[in-house]
Amino acid sequence: MNASLSRFNIASIVLGFAFLYLPIVLLIVFSFNESKLVTVWGGFSTKWYVAMFQNRGLMDAAWVTARVAFISATVATVLGTMAALALTRYTRFRGRLLFSGMVFAPLVMPEVITGLSLLLLFVSMGLDRGFLTVTLAHITFTMCFVAVVVQSRLVTFDRSLEEAAMDLGATPVTTFFQVTLPVILPAIISGWMLAFTLSLDDLVIASFTSGPGATTLPMKIYSQVRLGVTPEINAVCTLLIAVVTVGVIAAAIVNKRREVQRQRDEHAAQRG
Amino acid sequence: MSNAAFSQSASHAGTDTGLGTRIVRAVAARLVIAVPYIWLLLFFLIPFVIVFKISLSQTAIAMPPYVPVLDFSEGVGGFLASLREFSIDNYLWLTEDALYFNAYVSSLTIAGISTILTLLVGYPIAYGMARAPASLRPILLMLVILPFWTSFLIRVYAWIGILKPEGLLNQLLLTIGVIDQPLIIMNTHTAIFIGIVYSYLPFMVLPLYSALEKMDYSLIEAAQDLGCPPTSAFWKITFPLSLPGVVAGCLLVFIPAVGEFVIPDLLGGSQTLMIGKTLWNEFFANRDWPVSSAVAVILLLLLVVPIVLFQNAQARAQEQGR
Amino acid sequence: MQSLGSIRRDFAPWNDQAAKPYIVFDQVTKRFGDFTAVNNLSLSIYEREFFALLGASGCGKSTLLRMLAGFEEPTSGRILLDGQDLRGIPPYRRPVNMMFQSYALFPHMSVEANIAFGLKQEGMEASKIAERVAEMLKLVKLEQFAKRKPHQLSGGQRQRVALARSVAKRPKVLLLDEPLGALDKKLREETQFELMDLQQKLGLTFVVVTHDQEEAMTMADRIAIIDKGEVMQVATPAEVYEAPGSRFVANFVGNVNMFEGTVTARDASGASIDGDSGISIRTENAGDAQAGAKIAYAVRPEKIKVSSRPPMDIDSNAAEGEVYDIAYFGDMTVYYVKLGNGLVVKAASLNSARLTDDPLTWNDRAWISFKPDSGVVLTR
Repeated sequence: MNASLSRFNIASIVLGFAFLYLPIVLLIVFSFNESKLVTVWGGFSTKWYVAMFQNRGLMDAAWVTARVAFISATVATVLGTMAALALTRYTRFRGRLLFSGMVFAPLVMPEVITGLSLLLLFVSMGLDRGFLTVTLAHITFTMCFVAVVVQSRLVTFDRSLEEAAMDLGATPVTTFFQVTLPVILPAIISGWMLAFTLSLDDLVIASFTSGPGATTLPMKIYSQVRLGVTPEINAVCTLLIAVVTVGVIAAAIVNKRREVQRQRDEHAAQRG
Repeated sequence: MSNAAFSQSASHAGTDTGLGTRIVRAVAARLVIAVPYIWLLLFFLIPFVIVFKISLSQTAIAMPPYVPVLDFSEGVGGFLASLREFSIDNYLWLTEDALYFNAYVSSLTIAGISTILTLLVGYPIAYGMARAPASLRPILLMLVILPFWTSFLIRVYAWIGILKPEGLLNQLLLTIGVIDQPLIIMNTHTAIFIGIVYSYLPFMVLPLYSALEKMDYSLIEAAQDLGCPPTSAFWKITFPLSLPGVVAGCLLVFIPAVGEFVIPDLLGGSQTLMIGKTLWNEFFANRDWPVSSAVAVILLLLLVVPIVLFQNAQARAQEQGR
Repeated sequence: MQSLGSIRRDFAPWNDQAAKPYIVFDQVTKRFGDFTAVNNLSLSIYEREFFALLGASGCGKSTLLRMLAGFEEPTSGRILLDGQDLRGIPPYRRPVNMMFQSYALFPHMSVEANIAFGLKQEGMEASKIAERVAEMLKLVKLEQFAKRKPHQLSGGQRQRVALARSVAKRPKVLLLDEPLGALDKKLREETQFELMDLQQKLGLTFVVVTHDQEEAMTMADRIAIIDKGEVMQVATPAEVYEAPGSRFVANFVGNVNMFEGTVTARDASGASIDGDSGISIRTENAGDAQAGAKIAYAVRPEKIKVSSRPPMDIDSNAAEGEVYDIAYFGDMTVYYVKLGNGLVVKAASLNSARLTDDPLTWNDRAWISFKPDSGVVLTR
């Protein structure tokens, strides 16, 4: 589409974004509240951040979460990329329909069902619930998101690049690592980031599949929220938002830079 | 003579590398398909089978301490024997207790209403974004996606401080004199609607935006040129053409909303009945695994139709992307 | 029955002082931010005329069309249709219809529904709509395709649906934006004549935007050549080709040899020119060029004779050179002859015989010659 913005369009964009961002902004503002009440402003203070860092349980949970997220995102990225390759490159193999069903279904599957079913699996396998089971569960549900992200890039991938590489004597394996992988790498990286944040954020699946000693940060936050809203939780949330936002924006800037650089190079090349 | 020998050795080498390449390729293909396939079978499909099986077993067997229900050590015979022990008691129990029926109905209703509300809120945003200057669109898109990256739990939590009786919304409304009694929003369906619309808005806006963005604006001009005023052109051209986006967005909101746990739990209060919450309570509070498995199976059956619809929509979108 | 040609020959309202123009652009300017798309442009188009706006992409021709359709409003100036100022009238209330470059067929509607769309907006009775749609389908020979969706049609069929849809409402003026742009060459030629035929049958005023000069030359009664938002020349195809008003027009339409030079003498029968390339030229078409003026003398390649011998006839302008390149097109051959000082002159000769008795080849000495009435003097 290409047309001028009407007043209605501008109003809906502005109101829409206000709705999306105001609650988050308020949450951040009240994390700096002196008062213990989250809704009454009592002056600026960073004491809740200090309290947060001194909260042993919270810090332990944060460490567990970071490790789970890192490991599960990395494994999920490998598996998800393979699944995406399988779906785009091999159009006919036995059970492809079931396979694509299993890749897409977790995207919309209610988390309670995924969580419950994985827990029952772990119990019947005789695995003790803990760090390993949460990580396995997170790999499973995040790999599907990675698969979708990578697949959307592979669909538009120009296969003649690979044919050219093989024509020039590269083996299939060399071709994959020298040609295919570099081209789809941005999609793989954003897949990893998506998997990482999904794992970082997950409450429901973690609650089902985690055990003693492997309490994740969202579980910790949830149990405290149930007891009431405190500025300390606001501080934790603010920090989490900051980490994720900085990561996402940094990734976007790096992408944009590369894009701008590429355009500049092309421009220079054309001029001569 | 030497020529013939040369050609023979060359052809031999040729078939050799050809075979090697083919083997590498075949093995790579097998691996690329097999590894994620087996993983998903093991961690996605088999768990469902287990859920189904436990939902059919007696409460006592499956109560912790755990008695293995899926016991392959006794071989096929043992497996068949255990089949005989299956009972549909848990399902009967679900039909006898009105609590479950009401929970399903109210889950579907709440999810349905929320989906429509999300569509109403999301459409104008997506429409505005699609009509924004091309240079601005990536930034707007990024701004829609960004909240999705921040924790779901945090975003729901943020609303508690706003919607509470002594929360920010009531403070604001009382100060400017719109109301003189605090509104009771927290722990009502309204709070759940707000929470779902808020949390799932990006899921609605993104497919709508991509449907609207690729629409050729000259279609609208053509409609106007043929005598159709803008509002009518919207309903006759823009809206029908954005229907795939509408369907995808609605399914992306509706399906997870039916089984939603966090939002009804944190914003809806104790009297809200939603199936995700019921399942959670059966499992964690009552520790009744067979019943919660039965609840999950029925929830899944309810969602089969929308999930299949969603998958078809995905496949079609993929087809067009090619 | 009168043939198409004989009607067209008499049709020249622009030469008639009493004739009232149907569409008038009156000092129209359109700016988009800093960019001026149309600059103080005035233009008159007559009823039942087939008028072409010809120019390179980005010259402002499409903006003119879009202002007429109502998708853009002029920044200043007026546009009149049949004496009525169009300012402020939205596109859906203007008695003009447009055929879009992309065709803009509604993908979710059948061919029938596409054609009926405009009629429904008018609130026409259902039975009348059906009648009109059938008539339109017959007109564009798509009767069997009524129920198809646009994506089930070929490019040429889509083009005809777009045409049928835009004429179904019987607009006063039909605007066509690159109507043949998406068709392949062969189909384009056929469709040109169909369009002309249709315009005659329906008695409509056509305004067509194109970048294809052959298309404009074949179809239009008059052509406006547009460059950088300004009109360079408005004339019939023959005038544009044979009597271009400026160097730009001469270069833009067809092939041309341009001899830059100075007028040395001027009299009633013509002018003498001292070409910068060393050639002296005598011309009968000197326009308003005065002695001493720096001018360009333009001659079309097909009006230049090339031969291995000097021309017999002493009136001709002639110069000697060397065959530098030869391009063979089957129906004709173009010789590139390099004159003494390096200027390359194109001379096209029609291959009327299968074998010529005077075969010129690369690096041969050759004479080029042209008559005093072959070219025109361009002062701009």
